[in-house]
Amino acid sequence: MKIGIPKEIHDGEKRVATTPEVAKHLIKLGFEVLVESGAGEGSHFSDTAYTDAGVTVVEGAKTIWQGSDIIFKVRPPEFNSKLNSEEVDLLHEKQVLITFLWPAQNPDLLKKLAEKKVTALSMDSVPRISRAQKMDALSSMANIAGYRAVVEAAQHFGRFFTGQITAAGKIPPAKVMVIGAGVAGLAAIGAAKSMGAIVRAFDTRPEVKEQVESMNAEFLELDFEEEGSGTGGYAKVMSKEFIEAEMALFAEQAKEVDIIITTALIPGKPAPELIKEEMVISMKDGSVIVDLAAEQGGNCKLSEAGIVKKAHGVSIIGYTDLPSRLAAQSSQLYGTNLRHLITDMCKAKDGNITVDMEDEVVRGATVVKDGEVTWPPPAPKLSAAPPKPAEKPKDVKPAELTKEKPSWLGPLITFIVGGLALLGLGSVAPASFMAHFTVFVLSCFVGYMVIWNVKAALHTPLMSVTNAISSIIVIGAILQISSGERMIVWISGFAVMITAINIVGGFAVTRRMLEMFRR
Amino acid sequence: MSQGIVTASYVGATILFILALGGLSNQETSRRGNLFGIIGITIALIVTIAGVTSNVEVLIGGLLIGGSIGLILAKRVQMTEMPELVAILHSLVGLAAVLVGFANFMDPGRLEHYAGVELTIHDIETYLGILIGAITFSGSLIAFGKLSGKIGGNPLLLPARHWLNLSLLITSIWLCSRFVDQSAAGAGLDPLLIMTGIALIFGIHMVMAIGGADMPVVVSMLNSYSGWAASATGFMLNNDLLIVTGALVGSSGAILSYIMCRAMNRKFFSVIAGGFGTTTGGSSAGSDVEQGEVIALEAPEVANLLTESKEVMIIPGYGMAVAQAQHIVCEITKILKKKKINVRFGIHPVAGRMPGHMNVLLAEANVPYDIVYEMDEINDDFPNIDVSIVIGANDIVNPSALTDPNSPIAGMPVLECWKGKTTVVLKRGMATGYAGVQNPLFFEENTRMLFGDAKASLDAVFKNL
Repeated sequence: MKIGIPKEIHDGEKRVATTPEVAKHLIKLGFEVLVESGAGEGSHFSDTAYTDAGVTVVEGAKTIWQGSDIIFKVRPPEFNSKLNSEEVDLLHEKQVLITFLWPAQNPDLLKKLAEKKVTALSMDSVPRISRAQKMDALSSMANIAGYRAVVEAAQHFGRFFTGQITAAGKIPPAKVMVIGAGVAGLAAIGAAKSMGAIVRAFDTRPEVKEQVESMNAEFLELDFEEEGSGTGGYAKVMSKEFIEAEMALFAEQAKEVDIIITTALIPGKPAPELIKEEMVISMKDGSVIVDLAAEQGGNCKLSEAGIVKKAHGVSIIGYTDLPSRLAAQSSQLYGTNLRHLITDMCKAKDGNITVDMEDEVVRGATVVKDGEVTWPPPAPKLSAAPPKPAEKPKDVKPAELTKEKPSWLGPLITFIVGGLALLGLGSVAPASFMAHFTVFVLSCFVGYMVIWNVKAALHTPLMSVTNAISSIIVIGAILQISSGERMIVWISGFAVMITAINIVGGFAVTRRMLEMFRR
Repeated sequence: MSQGIVTASYVGATILFILALGGLSNQETSRRGNLFGIIGITIALIVTIAGVTSNVEVLIGGLLIGGSIGLILAKRVQMTEMPELVAILHSLVGLAAVLVGFANFMDPGRLEHYAGVELTIHDIETYLGILIGAITFSGSLIAFGKLSGKIGGNPLLLPARHWLNLSLLITSIWLCSRFVDQSAAGAGLDPLLIMTGIALIFGIHMVMAIGGADMPVVVSMLNSYSGWAASATGFMLNNDLLIVTGALVGSSGAILSYIMCRAMNRKFFSVIAGGFGTTTGGSSAGSDVEQGEVIALEAPEVANLLTESKEVMIIPGYGMAVAQAQHIVCEITKILKKKKINVRFGIHPVAGRMPGHMNVLLAEANVPYDIVYEMDEINDDFPNIDVSIVIGANDIVNPSALTDPNSPIAGMPVLECWKGKTTVVLKRGMATGYAGVQNPLFFEENTRMLFGDAKASLDAVFKNL
């Protein structure tokens, strides 16, 4: 089948859906790859680079749209002013379109696609299960956005991130607060941290605390109990009291930090407003806010999508195209995500794909199939977040108590029985036996004490040494060898011989083993 | 030589034996411990031989012949064959106990020394010594056969085997009373011989019923028995040195068995009762689990994976011993260490067929022991591990031991390698381990399989490093 990659026409979009590197893999899978001339310009992939990778470079978008069976794109289809036509209208029946479609926000687009009887897979609808991580384009893009957010912030921030003591004086490190520790948030934490800033992070989901701390950032905690994890590893809307406590925390932090990066999003809802105007006013002059949720309404009241705004001395960055600003990187990651998806759909590796609606991943991503809108998919069964621990601390305690009660009874019975048995033995056995018996019991305890601390690594040598030592039984044979009876002499002689095997063999092999243990 | 000097020497030998066992608890002192053991037994031998009045030529001949055989065995044995060697050596102790018991019984001076209660006790001691010795002898022989592959590893389960064991036990007790009655009159050889036969059958049956996975427990249990046999002989001969040494060995073997059982989360009794791995739960648990697809890798890819990692954990199992792969593992370890990659070994207590089997093999291949860790020391580190390499191990890395309560190995502590970033499993095919349980680890999404003989695969990985 032919995979076509048209040039992105969205204003300022520099990404491309396939890089030459990815194209090579696609060709290996048996596909033919067509790329519109100039499609890779924005992310610095020349037409020749594509040709070298075995891709056919085609002039004009129309040929691509009409001549391919599968279309890879980045942005949803829109109006192409050059061709004076909607991109959707360029599609034909049975074609497969794979791109970001944002089905929740674009119901009309879905309907139009259904009318065209095409199959459409939306990269943002790939379910968040472990198997689909390699095709999770949202995460790849969020990762880039988080990194870029720090770069943008650094550009608008008038000072160093890292603290330094120079001949010209001491420079305090910048303080960065990241709100929302999802993929983007964590990427931002990593980037800011590696530039030397002091990083704090906040998230409503307590399970990310560990991840934040693993990146050596401080996790800001509320003195408030509420679980913020929704399904599929995303956050959910919190209660009013929680939000008030959260606001108080942000207001306090705003006075102190230099840079705020907000990444708080709840799927299918406008972005929660977290940074109020008075917080912006309370920030130091020259501070920076990067609002990664600007497209969905913004986490900061004052942010505006697409531009950098100055308000109360604070630069508020509302860029919505952060991945596109790192076009080469994001094209490569996005292309790889697409490749993984297509590899999964092309099981036979013969260059043909099947849209298998039984496959959980493909089912989730497919939003239009054979003229029908198949969005939303049934809820994913598996969550990326760990299952919530059962909260039953109250029930556990009584069980423990009842467990403890009988514990003294068992040993007591053992002691009583053991004691009676000893007394019984002592009452009938002669004194000489009891003397030997004492020695025997004491030796058992000595053996127990001595062996208990042996390292597992030495179990084998220990066994061969105890084996050699147990050949002390040879003494029994030697004591009897002087007997007058021929039979006894021979039996004893034979016993001496086999125990000698054991003594020499056991010690020698132990020695051999121990020689090998070296530090 | 005076009795005082003999006793004093015995005390010295006893102390040396205790020091020997104590020394073995640590690598630094272990060689000294072995030396103490040798000195101890030499003292005991010299002192005892000095008391021999006649037939010295038989004695010395036996010692020399036996000693040479032992020395040759010890020099020739492959480290992978250690479990077999230990098992066969145990059988010798058992046989010796039987022989000494019979010799003692046939000694005509016996009835002159003892009378009344003392005779009864002496007879019971003789009887017990022979009984334990015979069980140790035949059991060890079967264990040897199983370990060396001469007898199949699967447990042999006779119908009503518990009843059979019980009836054998009751018969032995009855025979004991017959023997005590008859021996006072100077007879009693018949019950003694019959009992020996029964004990031999009992030993065979006991070990036959135990599955291959439980072999570490069996080996250390037989070790313990050989000690008890020596101890019983000591009682019979009124010899404190034998009693003490036997008790030391017996209790140490028992503790080792207990440690092994604890490592498998099994009751000691249920291991001894046998039949592990054939329970009905085993097959059903395997089929319930959804078996995903396995992702196979080639050796060059594994080599890449290794060079790109920082923390590597190697988990060896019996398969490494079978393939004799320990030397190549060591070579790979050296190369990785040169590349500043932190390589460690995680050893499960029951990996292999004998307690500490893996440690011996790694030591043979010159893997320094301070990078070899026990399961408890290392299990919490897995989240930081980039690549875990499982070499011919299966049950000891089976996550269903923790997750599936129906699994026959449920509750057994395992090396939690799936918590690391990637696990590479070296395996010949998709067969199950000794426990006969399917392993969900192979289907984990961060698990990669490298199929083939462990040694050949690792050779290929080594070439690509």
